[in-house]
Amino acid sequence: MRSGIIAKKVGMTRLFMEDGKQIPVTVLQLENLQVVAQRTADQHGYSAVQLGCGSVKAKRVSKAMRGHFAVAKVEPKRKVAEFRVAPENLIDVGAEITADHYAEGQFVDVSGTSIGKGFAGGMKRHNFGGLRASHGVSISHRSHGSTGQCQNPGKVFKGKKMAGHMGAVRVTTQNLQVVKTDADRGLVFIKGAVPGSKGGWVTVKDAVKKPLPEGVPTPAAIRATEAPAAAEAPAEGGEE
Amino acid sequence: MDLIAELEAEQIAALGKEIPDFKAGDTIRVGYKVTEGTRTRVQNYEGVCISRKNGKGIAGSFTVRKISFGEGVERVFPLYSTNIDSITVVRRGRVRRAKLYYLRSRRGKSARIAEVTNYKPLKGADA
Repeated sequence: MRSGIIAKKVGMTRLFMEDGKQIPVTVLQLENLQVVAQRTADQHGYSAVQLGCGSVKAKRVSKAMRGHFAVAKVEPKRKVAEFRVAPENLIDVGAEITADHYAEGQFVDVSGTSIGKGFAGGMKRHNFGGLRASHGVSISHRSHGSTGQCQNPGKVFKGKKMAGHMGAVRVTTQNLQVVKTDADRGLVFIKGAVPGSKGGWVTVKDAVKKPLPEGVPTPAAIRATEAPAAAEAPAEGGEE
Repeated sequence: MDLIAELEAEQIAALGKEIPDFKAGDTIRVGYKVTEGTRTRVQNYEGVCISRKNGKGIAGSFTVRKISFGEGVERVFPLYSTNIDSITVVRRGRVRRAKLYYLRSRRGKSARIAEVTNYKPLKGADA
């Protein structure tokens, strides 16, 4: 099992291919994605890497987290997430992961917090059909209708689909294809939509339901150690 | 400029398409690449542009309407489609609407569009 990545959803656009096809893509951006900590089997009972992404002012980070980042000798990170990996795929603390971590054409699973819709009715939330437009229906055209039987059972069953809060939950979209990667700017182009709003954080992992293609970098695509100072400067300029 | 706009501008530059200045009401000829088996040829489609959508961005598209064998036919082309070989303006029309959907309910004489006689090319445009 390989580590995933944390990325920021930038937005959607389209790509025109040479053969005349258009592909709708979501652009994800990696911002200073670094390994913050390791979890090892003998110390913690499982093996994983903790990654951090984005940047945040040191004074806005709690003292405990500041200490945690100081141990790893990395800048304070906006978003931190853990990825379970096989013991042989552990990555050194401080290593920076680049966008070519994923091969073009490979399938990934993307998780994020979906856009909140607030209190939504049955039609929007569960695709109910609603009531009729006429034939005696008054005021309740978008209501959910009956919620059960009669005196027996005399209750509404638990889990009955009804109106309520919709969205703002963690959603995983499986088997999305990576169309293109841009390691210089830290961009990953993924075919189709991913959960969440623009500017939201998503985690990308190798698809669990598809075989991993050959030639993907293991344990991860890591930025060469002597390059970062030169390579990071233009990348930061492009984000403005 | 945000990153998405930047990426789109880059892609437009990379595609290197030359889009002539045209708008709704103009009669245009679109050379569209058609693949038959392994052979590719260019098919011309000529008609009145009845709508332009999403401006000059990468998502831009336009609709061309023509009467083919007595039947109205409309095709929507993405402005930057790699399947489009060429776009040429045949005739410039004088219209007072941005979308000429009213042409759908008209036939013959009432579906005519007057020609612009005093057309001035846009500043900086070659077309």
